[in-house]
Amino acid sequence: MSGAGDNRDAVIFKIRQALGTYDSAARRSAVAARLDTPPPPLVPERARQAKERLRDLFRQYLEGQSATVLEVPNAAEVPAAIGGFLRGANLPLRLRVGEDAYLEALAWSTEPALERRKGPAAGDDEVGLSRATAAVAETGTLVLASGADNPVTLTYLPETHIVVVEDKDLVGGYEGAWDKLRARFGRRAMPRTVNLVSGPSRTADIGGQLVMGAHGPRRLCVILVG
Amino acid sequence: MSTITSPDFKANARAALGDRQLQRALSEVAPGLAARRSAARAGLPEFEALRDLGRDIKDHTLAHLDVYLEEFERKATAAGSIVHFAPTAEDARRVVRNICRQANAGVVTKGKSMISEEIGLNAALEGDGLEVVETDLGEYLIQIRGETPSHIIAPAIHLTQDQVEADFRRLHTKLPADRQLIEPAQLVAEARQILRQKFLAADVGITGANFLIAETGSSVIVTNEGNGDLTQSLPKVHIVLASIEKMVPTLEDVGTLVRLLARSATGQEISTYTTFSTGPRRPGDPDGPEVCHIVILDNGRAELLGSEFREVLRCIRCGACMNHCPVYTAIGGHAYGWVYPGPIGSVLTPALIGVAKASHLPNASTFCGRCEEVCPMKIPLPGLMRHWREEEYSAGDTPLLYRLGLRAWAAAAKRPRLYHTLARIGIPLLATLGRRRGAFRWLPLAGSWTRHRDLAAPQSRTFQALWADHKAGVPR
Repeated sequence: MSGAGDNRDAVIFKIRQALGTYDSAARRSAVAARLDTPPPPLVPERARQAKERLRDLFRQYLEGQSATVLEVPNAAEVPAAIGGFLRGANLPLRLRVGEDAYLEALAWSTEPALERRKGPAAGDDEVGLSRATAAVAETGTLVLASGADNPVTLTYLPETHIVVVEDKDLVGGYEGAWDKLRARFGRRAMPRTVNLVSGPSRTADIGGQLVMGAHGPRRLCVILVG
Repeated sequence: MSTITSPDFKANARAALGDRQLQRALSEVAPGLAARRSAARAGLPEFEALRDLGRDIKDHTLAHLDVYLEEFERKATAAGSIVHFAPTAEDARRVVRNICRQANAGVVTKGKSMISEEIGLNAALEGDGLEVVETDLGEYLIQIRGETPSHIIAPAIHLTQDQVEADFRRLHTKLPADRQLIEPAQLVAEARQILRQKFLAADVGITGANFLIAETGSSVIVTNEGNGDLTQSLPKVHIVLASIEKMVPTLEDVGTLVRLLARSATGQEISTYTTFSTGPRRPGDPDGPEVCHIVILDNGRAELLGSEFREVLRCIRCGACMNHCPVYTAIGGHAYGWVYPGPIGSVLTPALIGVAKASHLPNASTFCGRCEEVCPMKIPLPGLMRHWREEEYSAGDTPLLYRLGLRAWAAAAKRPRLYHTLARIGIPLLATLGRRRGAFRWLPLAGSWTRHRDLAAPQSRTFQALWADHKAGVPR
C-alpha cells in the first residue's frame, strides 16, 4: 500500500523526537542485548516446587476453573479414559483430531466404539481432541501450538475439548513453557498461534454471573499421562 | 471518532446518579471485582515485586520504543504479517477500510478492541456497507443497543439482565417468541447461537492486542470467552489493531505482565485464553487466516511520551482503577463522555481529545489514591490528574468561582494564625450541628455534595489542638 513506509517513518520520527533521542548504535545494541538475554524473570515460589506438588497445583487450578482432570499412568490408557469421559457426560463417541503422531499412535483398538475424524474442526463437530506442547502448573494452563498436528479450530469450535498432555511436559511457571516452545520452534520463532488455555470458555457479561461456554467449549477435559 | 460528551460531564454525572437501572447494575458488579482482585493479590506473595518488574519492563520499552517497533516490524514481516503504521485515527480507518475492500468483505467480526472505539472504526466500516459484528458478549450487548462501552473490560457493566432479555426479544425475532430467557445461561446460549453463525460467515476478523512482542513479531490477545480466537482463526483475513505502547521485548516480559493482568482485572489467576498470533497460516496449516495485517496506531501517544504524562503509557488496560474508584463506581463509565472512563480515562482523555473538551475529568477525583494503589503498573494517576489541573489553571480555563475559592483557601492556608482561628470556630460548630447523625444530609454551599451522599461531621476539635495536647502529655 503506498505511503505505508512514509507513515512508519513519521511515527518513528515522532517517537524519537519525543524521547529527545536519535537512531544510535548504542540504543540498538541495548535493545539487541535485552532481546538476547532478558533479565531473569521473577518466577513465583509456587511454580518452583517438586514435581509431585506441581502436579497437584496443575490439577487444583484447572479444577478450580471448572475443567475435568484425569490422570492415567501411561499412554496406552488414554483411549479408555476418553471413552469413559464421553460416556459419563453422555456425549457422542466421535472425535475431531489433527495429525499429531503421538495421538495417532495411541492404542485406539482398546476403544473400538470411538470414531476419529481427521482435520480441522467445522461448526458441527461436537468433540475436539488435541495434544498440548506444555502444561503450566502455576495457574493450571495448557500450552497448545497450532499446525496440521493440532489445528487451532479444535480448541474453539467443538463444545467439548479434550487435551492430552504428558507428565514430562508439565512445567512450573510460564518460563518453562517458553523454553519448550523455543526448543521446538527455534529461538525468536513461533507457530501461527500458541494458545494458553486455562479452562472452558466463560463469560460474566450478563449481570456479572459466571456462565460456561460463551463461544468456545463448555467442557474441558485434560488427560495427564505418566 | 466516537461522539464526545465529556464537556457535559457534570450533567452526565447528575443523570447517572439518578438512574436507578444504572445504580442497580453498578452495585451488582463493581464491588465484586474489587474484592476478587484483593483475594488474588493475597494469593500471590510475589505480587508487589511483580508490579515493580512490570513497571520497569514498560519504562525500558518506552525509552527504546522506536527501536523496539522497528524490531517488531522486522520480525512480524518475516513471519508473513503485513505491518501498517497509522499516525492518526483517520489513517488507521483508511488502512482497515482498504483491506476490507480488497478482501471484498461483506461480514466483519470483531474481538474486543478499545482502539477500535477510539478511532470510531465500526461507523466507518458500516458506512462502507459492511456488516460489523462485535463478538465479545458485552460488546455485542452494547452494539445492539447503539451504545458505547462503559468499562474497558466489562463493557456492558451498566446493563441489568432484564435489559438484555428485552433486547434479545426485540432483535432475535427469528427465534420462538415463547422461549425462556430467565437464566443468564439461557441468554448466553442464545447469543452463542446467533454469533456462531457470524463467526462462520465472516470474511475479515479484527482483534485488538494486549501485547506486541518484539522478540517474535507476535501479537497477544487475552479473553475469557474465546471470541477473539474464533474471530481471528476462521476468516481469510485477520487484522490486528494495536497502539504503539503495547510493545514488550520478550516472552518472559509477557509472562510477568500476564501474572499481573487478570489478577488486577477480574481477580482470576489468569484469563481463560491467552493467545499468541504470529503471521498468517503456515504451509501445511489446515486452518487460520490466509492474510494477517497489523495496524500500529499512534494517535497522539508519541506526544505523551515526551511529556510529563509518559507514565500513563505503561497502562495494560486492566480496569482496576475503575473498579476501585469512588467516582466511577458511583456514576459508571458513560458519564466520562468518551472511550476511556475512570481514573485512567481522566488522564488519557484530555491528551487524546484535548484538555479543553475534557477539563472536567481530571477534576472528577477525590484524590483518595486508590487507583494508584491498585494499578499493576504503578501509574501515579492522582499526580497526573493534578498535572492536568495545573495546566487548566495556568491556561486560565478554571471557572472564576473555583479560582476565587482556591485563592481564598490559599490566603487562609498561608496564614497559620488566621487558619487556626477559622478552624477553631468552624470545626466545633460543625461537630455540634452534626453530632446526632455523625454526618450531614444537607449543608449550605455543599448542596451538590449532599444531594447524593452524606458529608461526615468533623471531630469536635481541630487536629492542631489535639496535637498540642498530645505534646503536652494531656491524656485523650
